Amino acid sequence: MATGTEEHAAEGGLAIHPMDQFIVKPLFGDGPVHWYTPTNVTLWMGIAVVVLLGIFVLATRHRGIIPSRLQSVAELFYGFIYNMVEDVTGHEGAKFFPYIMTLFMFIFLANMLGLLPMSFTVTSHIAVTAVLALMVFLTVTLVGFYRKGLGFLSMFWVSSAPLVLRPVLAVIEVISYFVRPLSHSIRLGGNLMAGHAVIKVFAGFAGAMGIASVVPIIAIAGIYGLELLVAAVQAYVFTILTCVYLRDAVGEAHH
Amino acid sequence: MATEPILEEAPILEEAAGQCVNAHGGAIGMPQLCPEWIPNQVFWLLVTLVVMFLILSRIALPRIGAVLAERKGTITNDLAAAEELKQKAQAAEKAYNDALAMARTEASKIVAAAKADIQKDLDAATARADVEISAKTAESEKKIAEIRAGALEAVDAVAKDTAEALVAHLGGKVDPAAVSAAVSARLKG
Repeated sequence: MATGTEEHAAEGGLAIHPMDQFIVKPLFGDGPVHWYTPTNVTLWMGIAVVVLLGIFVLATRHRGIIPSRLQSVAELFYGFIYNMVEDVTGHEGAKFFPYIMTLFMFIFLANMLGLLPMSFTVTSHIAVTAVLALMVFLTVTLVGFYRKGLGFLSMFWVSSAPLVLRPVLAVIEVISYFVRPLSHSIRLGGNLMAGHAVIKVFAGFAGAMGIASVVPIIAIAGIYGLELLVAAVQAYVFTILTCVYLRDAVGEAHH
Repeated sequence: MATEPILEEAPILEEAAGQCVNAHGGAIGMPQLCPEWIPNQVFWLLVTLVVMFLILSRIALPRIGAVLAERKGTITNDLAAAEELKQKAQAAEKAYNDALAMARTEASKIVAAAKADIQKDLDAATARADVEISAKTAESEKKIAEIRAGALEAVDAVAKDTAEALVAHLGGKVDPAAVSAAVSARLKG
């Protein structure tokens, strides 16, 4: 933290604070942030819930055989995630569909809402993505042991490899298994944080460059388009990886 | 882009400043790594996830699933109905074509019968007319023959009378038998 302060001071005149957008603030007053304090985290998660209600409850209330536009959006999400869960985890995994749908919709909505100007991106925080990833990790581990017992451990024993290599591979497999939540969470949080910080840095340039700020503004427009893609793709990647991990727990062994 | 807060505000913000925010309200290092905020984020994340899960699993997903299933059923039913209607239409078309063909044969039969009838009537009328014509012809011929015979007799009589008159006029003695013989001989010759 000390080095951070020094850097901040060294920046001096060119006031670019790309990380300020990630500060968690209480919504009311300036008091300390307790675990229960309503903060901008609460606000933007709440907006995500409202959007979810709009798309999935309000838009589908007519249960139209011929769907309205918004209802067909909800159906699109439903079909997309349902097919993904069924294709990747198999028929057994389909009962995890609501759980995976929740993860996907939360990440997707948080990512997309985070792209609104002045918004706060909850999924850019490692604390949030780590909880999501740990939930997946715990689910996979518990479901795996519950369904397969100690047989779940056989996924670390690569039976298709030569016998000599198997212990080595087992060590690697175990390490990779425990690194999963780390890579799973940092991939999502890091992508979003980096994109938003880059946009902010370019915006800082634009503020300081006068007429030449056209260049960073065009760059921001380009990066913004890329960030839209990243927001959707990272939600997809997180979800499909969840399905892949879940297949280890519920599907037949694929090693 | 957040501009630097004016320095006078710094004391007010001092309260908010903590481990992760400096006196100017700026971030110190990465806010992502600030331990002060983690309980807050985790708590609200769990609340949000539970709410979202309840919305999706209790209301939205069963509803959408039912709608999709119902739509699939409706489409299947409609396709079956369409297939049935298509078959009905084909049957109707076949019936129509059959009826048309039957009507055509019927019509041609009627036409042939009518033609035959007309021909028969025509033949009968023609025959009758022929008979009538030949009868009239025969009658006419008879009349002509009579007239001709009458005319020849008249010529004979006139010739004899003329010859007698001539002879009498020339002062000869009229012998009707001789004159008649002479005229007859001349006429035959």
